[in-house]
Formats: sequence, C-alpha cells, structure tokens
Amino acid sequence: MPKITIDGKDFEFKQGQTIIEAAKDAGIDIPHFCWHPKLSISGNCRVCLVEVEKMPKLVIACSTLAADGMVVNTQSEKTLDARHAVMEFILINHPLDCPICDEAGECKLQDYAFQHSVGESRFVEEKGHKDKRVELGPRIMFDGERCISCSRCIRFSDEIAKENQLTFIRRGDRVTITTFPGESFDNPYTLNTVDICPVGALTSKDFRFKSRVWDMSHTKSICVGCSRGCNIEIGVRNNEILRLVPRDNEEVNQSWMCDFGRLNTFKHVNSDTRIEGAYINKDGSVQKVSWEEASKEAYFRMKSFKNSELAFIASAKATLEDNYAFLQLAKSFGVQNISYINHINPNDRDEILIREDKTPNSLGVDLILGKSRSSIKEIVDGIKSKKIKGIFIIEDDLVSADESLKEAISKLDLLISTATNKSQTTENADIVFGASTYAEKNGTFVNFKGRVQRIRPAVATENMERSLDQMAMSRLDKFGTKFDRWAKGKKYDAKPSWQIISEISEYGNSKLKFNMAEEIFDEIANKVPEFKGLDYDVIGELGFQLEKLNEKSKATA
Amino acid sequence: MAVKKRAKDLNILEKLYIPEIVKGMTLTLKNMFRPRVTMEYPEQKFEPPASYRGRPVLVQEQDAGERCVACGLCSRVCPALAIEVQANETDREKERFPEKFEINMLRCIFCGFCEEVCPEEAIVMSKDYELVYTNREDAIYGKDKLLVPVEQLQDRIDYLRNFK
Ligand code: SF4
Ligand code: SF4
Ligand code: SF4
Ligand code: SF4
Repeated sequence: MPKITIDGKDFEFKQGQTIIEAAKDAGIDIPHFCWHPKLSISGNCRVCLVEVEKMPKLVIACSTLAADGMVVNTQSEKTLDARHAVMEFILINHPLDCPICDEAGECKLQDYAFQHSVGESRFVEEKGHKDKRVELGPRIMFDGERCISCSRCIRFSDEIAKENQLTFIRRGDRVTITTFPGESFDNPYTLNTVDICPVGALTSKDFRFKSRVWDMSHTKSICVGCSRGCNIEIGVRNNEILRLVPRDNEEVNQSWMCDFGRLNTFKHVNSDTRIEGAYINKDGSVQKVSWEEASKEAYFRMKSFKNSELAFIASAKATLEDNYAFLQLAKSFGVQNISYINHINPNDRDEILIREDKTPNSLGVDLILGKSRSSIKEIVDGIKSKKIKGIFIIEDDLVSADESLKEAISKLDLLISTATNKSQTTENADIVFGASTYAEKNGTFVNFKGRVQRIRPAVATENMERSLDQMAMSRLDKFGTKFDRWAKGKKYDAKPSWQIISEISEYGNSKLKFNMAEEIFDEIANKVPEFKGLDYDVIGELGFQLEKLNEKSKATA
Repeated sequence: MAVKKRAKDLNILEKLYIPEIVKGMTLTLKNMFRPRVTMEYPEQKFEPPASYRGRPVLVQEQDAGERCVACGLCSRVCPALAIEVQANETDREKERFPEKFEINMLRCIFCGFCEEVCPEEAIVMSKDYELVYTNREDAIYGKDKLLVPVEQLQDRIDYLRNFK
C-alpha cells in the first residue's frame, strides 16, 4: 500500500483517496466546512488548506489526491496562518448570533472559531445584511446571514435527494441560497440539510428553539417509520422526545433519514392519546383496574374459549421479543390462528431510503412466527363469520387489516389488546393494556434486508428509573431531584408488550419467566435458527446482518 | 501528673483587678462615642453598593420586553442548576425570547456566573437581599418576579461595564 506522511508520521492509504480522507482514516482531523464524506467535492471553503512539501503553494486537502511519498503538514506555520486567514474571512460577515441560533453547541463554525481562530477581528465596518427567517420549504427555515456558502445543502439536494431544488444566487458577499422562483424546497429528505449545514443557516421548523442541544440526552435507536430501519439518535429533555437525528450506518441509511420518519415517528410517545395502565370493559363501562386484575381477567377469559375460537394477532410494529413472547403464549393456549397485519403502501417508496412497508419489523415477525403463521385473511373472514370469537392483538389496530372489520370487532365476544395509543381497536376492546412505545423499551427489529438492529429506552415509564435502567442521561437528568420542576417530566404508566404477556402467562401452567428483553432475545437465539449465536452485544450499535437473508435479498434484488 | 507551669503569672497590679476594670471601662466608653455601624434592620434598610450580589434579576427594557434571548447560557453555567429557560419564537427582530424563565432561589448561591456569561447583559445581580418564602414552590421565581425595569438596575450595569 502507498504511504503518506502527515505531520511527521507515516500512514498507509488507499489509492484514490484525497489527503483529507487519508488523514481521517489515520485519525487526523483536518478542519473542513464544505467537504462531506457522502457528497461530491466542491472545495470552496478553503479552510482545509495544508502544506505539502515540494508544492509551490498550499493545497486544499479535500480535493488533492494523496500520493505515495507525499509529505503533508497540517500544523506548520504557513498552514495555521492560512487557516486563521480563512476563518477571519468567513467570520467577516457572520452575524455571530449564537445566542439565538439553534446550531450553537453543535456548530462547526463555533468549534473552529474556538480551535483555529485567533479570536479577534480586524473588521470594523458594518457587516453585510441579508434576509433572515426565510421559509425555504414547508419544514425548513433559512437565515441568509449565517450561511457561509459551503454549498453542502445544494449538493445534498442534487446528489442524494436527486431533486435540483436549491441554488446560489448573486455574487461575492451578497451570495445567498434560494429555490427557483415559486418553487419550494420540499423533497422528502430536506431536513438532512439541517444536519449537514455546518452552521445554523438551515433550521428545522419543528425543532426551532425547542431546546439547547446540550440539555438533551441522546439515545441510539432505530426509526420505526418503515422497514428501512434508519439508525437514529433520540434527543430527550425532561423525559420528552424533542427531535430525532440520523446516525451513521453505512449499511442502512448512510448518514440520512427521511423527513416523514424524522417528524412523525415520535409524536405519539408524548401525546394525549397514550393509554395508561390497564382497563377492563365491564358491562358497557370502561374501568381502570390494576395490572394484576387485568392480566388475570385476560387469562381466564381466554381460557373460557375453545382454542379454535381464538386468534392471536402479532405486530410488525412490536419488537422480536414482544412477538416471541406472544407466540409462546399462543402456543400455551393451543391457538392455531396467529398472524400479523401488513402495512404496505406501494405508492410511497423510492430508491433512496423510503420503503413501501410502513412497519419496522415485518421480516422479524415472519422469522419468529415461521411455520406457525396462518393467513390474516382467514382470521378476518373468521371474525366476520363469527367462527372466531376472541382476539388478542398486540400493538396494532385490527381495523387497519380490513376497513370492514369496524362493525365486526364490536361484536366479538372477547377483544384483548396491548396498545401504546388509542385506536379503534382499543375503543372496542374488553381488556386494554398500556404498552410501552419503541422509545421506552429494549428490543430488536429486523429490517427489510435482514439486518437485526437494537432499540433502547430513551424515555422512562413509571416503573423505570434513568440511572438504574442504564438510560442515557443529560446533565439535568443526572442532577435533578424530585423537587426540581425540570425533572418532573411526565412518565407514562406502560409496560412493554412482552412483559404484559409474561404476566398474563403467570396464571397458567406454562409460565413465561422473562424479566428482561435480553433474556427473551437469548432464548430466540437458541430456538430460532436464523438468530443462532446472536446476543445484544454482537448486534451492537450498528446491527447484525443475518447471512442467509442477505443472500436471499441479493438474489431478488 | 506533671504540674503545668503557666506561661505568665499575673503580677500584683493585675491581681488587684481594679486597674484592669478601669482599662476595660475606658475602652467601652471610648466606643460609646464613636460612630455607630450597626443598623436597626428592618426599620433601617441597608443600601448595598453596586458591587453587591443580591438576587439575580432579568433586565426589562423600556418597550416592556425583556432583553433575554433565551440562549440558555446562564442555565448552562449555573453551578447550582438554579435556572430553567424555555425559548420560543417571537415576531420581534431578535427572533427568540424566553417563554419561561425560572430561577429556583433555593438552589441559587449568588455566585453571579449567570450575569458574567450573559451575552445580552440581560441578567444582572440586583441589590435585593430580602428573600422570604414559606414553601418550595414560592421559592421558584418566574418572569413576573424576575423582570425589573432597566432604570432600577442602571447602577449595576454601569458597574459591570466598568469592571467586568
Ligand atoms: S445553508 Fe448551510 S449548507 Fe447551505 S450553503 Fe449555507 S452554510 Fe452551507
Ligand atoms: S426511510 Fe423509513 S426508516 Fe428511514 S427515516 Fe424514513 S421512515 Fe424512518
Ligand atoms: S444568558 Fe442572558 S440571554 Fe441567555 S438565557 Fe440567560 S439571561 Fe437570557
Ligand atoms: S447567581 Fe450563580 S447560582 Fe444563582 S442563578 Fe446565577 S449562576 Fe446560578
């Protein structure tokens, strides 16, 4: 392999890499604004200038190819001088409104001004003024003064979102970003530009001014918007989710996520429609009861049916662990009718990320149910023809399987449901258990390519404690006491479905003795051949590709 | 047990006590005629100098708005985690304002860090030292109690401009 010398040390690099890439692989960070590993090279910010021996002038590290024997100096006096000069130049017209800027705390310009700037400006004239608070698109606000014209957002729209929606207009210090007159910046991926904008020129309307980034805790999780399973980080303050941002995973979502997933997959967690605790419908009136009472009632009511009269409906929105526990319960009742509802929207998909399957775990449920799975259509017909009299459904809405079930489900003899939020099913159910959302539990999903990925609790439920349950904690979480208002965020009274199911099984002979999601996964790894040898540590932060499924998906692709 | 020898034994005059009493009385009498420094609080109030760090307050501009832009720096720097700020958007030019600004006076240790860090000169230490509350909730001061017109704080602001 060819070798490059950076700051006096030799490193190997791959042919074709630029200096900045070679340095990055070697663990040396060369400052950069416009360069982004996933976008084409533009080379306009000039802050990555480095000194290369035998070259007459400084070169930009982002677009100069590394060559064998090259000697690069990123810390020489000449380099530092140039870096200071570029920083001073960029800051000439920058409004320095960090106090009102959402990017503060994760802003490249702020960081570099601190690390690489001399800290003083010689510019005494009035700064240039441009439009602030421009609505670039339905989800994006643009601040012209803050923009440093790096063109990342333009390149993102062109190259990743494949929609040429943004462009520079004007020249020199008047240059600014805009859309074509009358057009709006509205592709399905616009909010990624907020993440990659090195400054706070682009802000998310949804998150604007909601919280300082340093006040939130960040939990690594998975988006539940579709079967892509984009890797995300959940930002939580005071036990409330405030934003989702994508997390890098080369195999799944690179560095991106879609706007739908980002905005619509967390609002149900903190909402009025959450179901809290357990309810029983006794002679027409709904009563809140204890968890034990509801579990007992559920068990004995189900026991009173013949097993052919019962159907269990699993969920592609629930984790592998939930579905596995559910299958075990079904087996203990001798129930043959077990299936799950697909949520496919064939019109809503693209070649970038968005998948037509709107659930995060349908492949996972397929693997768990295996041959035990019967057809959902038969169950629906069974309900209509009254052959099936009792239903137990987890984390899904029966009506979404078939609109015409609206009538039929109110006539069922028994409808039990675990649910995160109210739905037509819970309205008609005889027994309802409040289930934890994906942001409140541990578990695993399998994405459409057969990648097993983990979710972790980001929001605490009533019986969880951040510190004891090893959840991510912000400074406020760490030091808050029960007397601090900012530590009193709402905790919902909910349990993960697998736990509810285990508690129901306590009343029968084949008890499911699960205390942790991890125990269930270990059992899955033992019993279900596809998951052999896996555990939570092997899955880790970036997931694990199930080999056989990989081949299959390649064959069909 | 060894008998401990006194470092200095009293001499005869001291043993007589009377000269010593006279000495003491003279000192007392002398002080009776010196100017008094004790104050009859609360009838008399202490007017602290500008360098005094009383409870932190928010500066209210003449146009009735607060200067604070809810940047959250005071809340971040506060070693006692006393400050809670919730920002929101405003139509005014500065874009951002504190929808909620609360200082928990039971947590505050009057260090003045919040004042020092504020980029807008929006939070300053006042001369107010009379803090009374009878329960925890009352000790949490919201914007209603924190906002003080800028004229009343001019003293401190001038002091900060000269010495910060
Ligand atoms: S808006 Fe942000 S990403 Fe776009 S050019 Fe300006 S600084 Fe770069
Ligand atoms: S593509 Fe799918 S998984 Fe990814 S962010 Fe969008 S909805 Fe979520
Ligand atoms: S530091 Fe100043 S401007 Fe920022 S939130 Fe505190 S008082 Fe407001
Ligand atoms: S004076 Fe110190 S302790 Fe009190 S609010 Fe300000 S920073 Fe916090």
